[in-house]
Amino acid sequence: MQGLFSLIPLIVIIPFAGVLINAFFGRLLMPAQSSKAPGVIASIIAGTAFAIAVLMLFALMSHPEGTEVPFLTLLNIEVGKHVLFVPWTFKVDTLSSVMMLVVTGVGTLIHIYAIGYMDYDVDVKAHEWGLSVADTLDLKRRRYSRFFTYLNLFLGSMLILVTGNNYLMMFVGWELVGLCSFLLIGFWYDDPHRQANGVFKGIENAAAAQKAFIANRVGDFGMLLAIFLIFWTFGSLEFGNVFARAECMKESSQAECLTITTTGLPRSDASEEPEDTVKPAAEAAEAESGHEGGEAGIFTTPIELGPGTLPLTAIVTAITLFLLLGATGKSAQIPLFVWLPDAMAGPTPVSALIHAATMVTAGVYMITRSNVLYHMAPFSADFVAYVGAATALVAATIAVAQFDIKKVLAYSTISQLGFMIAAVGLGGYIAGIFHLATHAFFKALLFKGSGSVIQGMERGMLGDFRGGHGHDEQHGHEGHDEHHAHVDPQDMRNMGGMLRKMPLTGWTYIIGALALAGIFPLAGFWSKDEILLDAFKENTVIYIVLSAAAVMTAFYMTRQIFMVFFGKPRTPAAEHASESPATMTAPLVVLASLSVLGGLMNLPFDGFHQLGYWLEHSVQYAHVGSFNITVALISTALAVGAILLGWLVYGRRPSTDPNAADPLAVAGPVFTFLNRKWYVDELYFAVFIQPYHAIGNYLANVVDWNFWHNFVHDSIIAEAFRAWAVILSKPIDQGVVDGAVNGIASLVNGTSREVRRTQTGYVRNYALLVVAGVVAIMVFLVVRFLIS
Amino acid sequence: METVFPTFLTVLLAIPVVGFLVIILTPRTQENFIKWTAVFFTLVTFVVSLALLSAPYQSSSELFFAGAIPWIPTAGISYALGVDGLSLWLVLLTTLLGPIVVISSWTAVEERVKEYYAFLVLLETAMLGVFLAQDMFLFYVFWEFTLVPMYFLIGIWGGSNRQYASIKFFLYTKAGSILMLLAILFLGIKGGTFLLPDLIGMDLGIGTNAARWLFLGFAIAFAIKVPIWPLHSWLPDAHVEAPTAGSVILAGVLLKMGTYGFVRFNIPLFPEASQFFAPAIAVLAVIGIIYGAWVSFAQTDVKKLVAYSSVSHLGFVMLGLFALNEIGIQGAILQMVNHGLSTGALFLMVGMIYERRHTRDMAQFGGIWQVMPVYSALMLIVTLSSMGLPGLNGFVGEFTILMGAFNSSAFGFQLAGIPGSVLLTALSTLGVIGAAIYLLTMFQKVFLGPVTVEANRSLKDISARELVSLLPLLVLIFWIGIFPSPFFNVMTASVQALVHALPAMAVLP
Repeated sequence: MQGLFSLIPLIVIIPFAGVLINAFFGRLLMPAQSSKAPGVIASIIAGTAFAIAVLMLFALMSHPEGTEVPFLTLLNIEVGKHVLFVPWTFKVDTLSSVMMLVVTGVGTLIHIYAIGYMDYDVDVKAHEWGLSVADTLDLKRRRYSRFFTYLNLFLGSMLILVTGNNYLMMFVGWELVGLCSFLLIGFWYDDPHRQANGVFKGIENAAAAQKAFIANRVGDFGMLLAIFLIFWTFGSLEFGNVFARAECMKESSQAECLTITTTGLPRSDASEEPEDTVKPAAEAAEAESGHEGGEAGIFTTPIELGPGTLPLTAIVTAITLFLLLGATGKSAQIPLFVWLPDAMAGPTPVSALIHAATMVTAGVYMITRSNVLYHMAPFSADFVAYVGAATALVAATIAVAQFDIKKVLAYSTISQLGFMIAAVGLGGYIAGIFHLATHAFFKALLFKGSGSVIQGMERGMLGDFRGGHGHDEQHGHEGHDEHHAHVDPQDMRNMGGMLRKMPLTGWTYIIGALALAGIFPLAGFWSKDEILLDAFKENTVIYIVLSAAAVMTAFYMTRQIFMVFFGKPRTPAAEHASESPATMTAPLVVLASLSVLGGLMNLPFDGFHQLGYWLEHSVQYAHVGSFNITVALISTALAVGAILLGWLVYGRRPSTDPNAADPLAVAGPVFTFLNRKWYVDELYFAVFIQPYHAIGNYLANVVDWNFWHNFVHDSIIAEAFRAWAVILSKPIDQGVVDGAVNGIASLVNGTSREVRRTQTGYVRNYALLVVAGVVAIMVFLVVRFLIS
Repeated sequence: METVFPTFLTVLLAIPVVGFLVIILTPRTQENFIKWTAVFFTLVTFVVSLALLSAPYQSSSELFFAGAIPWIPTAGISYALGVDGLSLWLVLLTTLLGPIVVISSWTAVEERVKEYYAFLVLLETAMLGVFLAQDMFLFYVFWEFTLVPMYFLIGIWGGSNRQYASIKFFLYTKAGSILMLLAILFLGIKGGTFLLPDLIGMDLGIGTNAARWLFLGFAIAFAIKVPIWPLHSWLPDAHVEAPTAGSVILAGVLLKMGTYGFVRFNIPLFPEASQFFAPAIAVLAVIGIIYGAWVSFAQTDVKKLVAYSSVSHLGFVMLGLFALNEIGIQGAILQMVNHGLSTGALFLMVGMIYERRHTRDMAQFGGIWQVMPVYSALMLIVTLSSMGLPGLNGFVGEFTILMGAFNSSAFGFQLAGIPGSVLLTALSTLGVIGAAIYLLTMFQKVFLGPVTVEANRSLKDISARELVSLLPLLVLIFWIGIFPSPFFNVMTASVQALVHALPAMAVLP
């Protein structure tokens, strides 16, 4: 039994082995332009990781309580009554197994998809940049292997995040996936095409990468402070200890509770836990009154912090709010969501894997993992729910007015993450994780479909430029003339009628869109309904906001489907578009099936809540959902209504002109406001970025250099020092100690006097004297030692 | 201390001196022989210094390989050396950087080769002496002695403004050390001995105020060296003008002499004063962290950017030290080493590109990743390590420091019910964001984008020799980042002894 569990470190080690293989040998494995060895290797690695995740699933079926597998000790420092003990220990429980399966499962499909996608993508870049045959091969070798190096690195990092048994390892994974995100968003950092604004495309990509990293760093600031607070409050960073001690401190003193050590098994303290914890509705109602000054929500146990003490509730509220700040960074919630749309600069498999299906859900996972703490801090939990709901709605409104096929999906992702965050904020942990899983299926499907569409457009635009001979001859006559001017292959206004050109991509895309819109009986229906039901029961405001967001979702997906797949092709590129290769479409089919059937994992009927029963083993405050026909009917009616509306606006009389205004543009400034993303980027630029630059320049040039360096130091202090040294050295000169000191003191005296006169020269002589003196002493000592 | 001759440590100190003598006696035309001599002696020093690892630091805070013999008996001055958990890693860092800077100078230095390498190896002895000395006077001699070779390294082989920078460097350090000398003399005469282990815990019968003045005497000398904000004005000059090897040593070792001085002298000799000044030092440290990050961001010269980043990084070290608890101090000592590795590597790599392009102006670069892929990938790793990315060394140090500072009782004040330690740590954590901003901006300007300056198109990627000089640092960057506990275990006993000797701190209501 433990035997099977003990394989778990491999799930991280194997991807890192893949990183090393492709980083060092990837280029060598690519003899020809069409070689795909790095992609195949990386996919096999991802598949192996998936196999391990499946083995863990089997192991957990007989031992659902899970286990912990120690691997390394990172820190072990005693300090007072605390010990900063941080191990790298793997936690295999039902929650981490769901995450592992999603990450490795969807991850494997995206690795396979990327084999074909990146092959074409690199060739398109080489073609667009007008590289010679040799340079094209060189670019292919470098970039194709580098892409899969990064992809495996991401997989390993994400698995560190979800399998760590403590907050520090989670943070390590958290940061490493952020690094991978940075590297992959800026993957084409050297694209020399100048944009309309005169900036190189490569620089724009790099700037998007940097934006993502820094927005996430702001979130990390919260994560770090939360981790510090957790350690000094609970004396440990390991989930098991933290949560057991947190429960204990509700009743007992901090000192008493610090002695509790779990063996790492979840719910080991279940005996202390009365039954009422499975009544979230009552609990939340209690909490509602609780933080107004009632009894249940407030824990006054004094917690020592620095030289003082603070009540437990204040501390836990702070911890959970700081964790939320971290989640808003990684999971792209208000106020830090701005990086995710820009992150679409990365190649599309990256958007699918990292910026839709896996990494961005880390915040949802983290809050679910910390459910014990959020349960103790109802204020924070409510706050989480409001942040999530607001994000869901704001992002959905922006998605309605975008034209870039990936930008629509990006805002949709932010919006759907808002649903998940709102769910976990309301205590609907199972609903949140359920939606996380189904969303991973259909959003990965949609992103990969969009990538397929984009490359279809590029094929339509560029023709078969990969005809086996170099681009040099092609460049100028054949390649560009035959296939018309360059249009933006991501702009939906340039598409139309793609369903006929790319039927497999189109139909799977439509399935994904219906799942996202929440149409019965696709996966999204079940998971979104469970969230809406939780909101319906807990908080009417949030229910209404989320329902509005759901309407928008159905609407913008309908708009997208009609703009992309129906009507007539609006540009020659769309006219000549063609279907993608099987390595790309096969994963689409698999994901489409999962998007259809995904609901089966957690049907809201007695005996069918498989995911709910599964997660109850590791999520202490999980509650299995129910079914409410009213909520289901309302949401279905809303979704169908929105789809009909979408058809009326975009489907009935499809546009034939890529330059025509959007039908919604009649809304005038409102549409512009949404199209410009509520001007949030502009706002942040004015409020944060510009002042940061201005203050930095002022500090560096005026304060530090002109004033402090040039004026104060070089003028005032330097002069004063010279005068002062002369005065001070006199009494020392007069023989407080013996000769050795004399020498050094007079050195100062002499130096400063001479420097004033000549600036140079004499210091050297004095300095040489010191050298000679010290060397003499050393030689003396050595000789003495040798004699004695 | 025991009256025996510290044979092993003396041998360690003597090896570079022998190298110095050999180089001095070699005709100046034999440049290759001189270089290989320098490599040989610094390498031997490093290998011999590895024997220091054999002592059981984990179990005892005592000094190992220690010994003291009277030097100037009438004044109570001894020749005393020893190594413990506080100094071990700094000694090894110094011996590790020795061969690295020699190798990195191979083609960069073409003038007065003989003198250059002579000073370089001599400097190593001086720096080792600082970390090994257990007699205050001996410490002072070594401390001053480091100035001389460094002064020449900047003044002769430096950039265009080298005269100014070298004199400034010399005088600033001098200004501080005069005060330190006074404090040392006062303590030595009052206590009848200059032996540090004997003075620690000795009741000198001086009042609280006198102890605080003495604390300041040491502190100002060390603070200039660190440098603690706002005493950093000499640093950008020295770094920008120094040759690559000089910058690496300056950042890697010389700045650490300041922070090391605080651990070795201020905290154990004046525990009450340490607590008294801890809030002030912590505030300066936090200002340094944020100010350094901000000013770095606005630089256009890569080397100056890295120089200012040291102000930020060493602010973390000072914060950890004056948290005055085990976690903070251990984190700070590890961070001293980390800064030596990461910033040392950054200076090495900036030197490599300077050697190729003879400019450090970031506007002259862009798209370097395309032409120097291996160099750029390694630079990314070093940049990330400096930024504190988990899995690399910088994170371990920063995390431990901030963790310690967060709950420190040494920072006293409270604001709106929130402990000062929490507020100061929160502000310092903002520095983590700042570091990402200036380092990523630098990385983008130099390495990303297409190649825009023609002269960059023909740049050669990193050479085997350069790789050799960098590789040990990279190995340690990963090693400390992934498996840091062995590095901490060595200091535990010494740091515990240090902290337990502090008087109990007042608890606020």
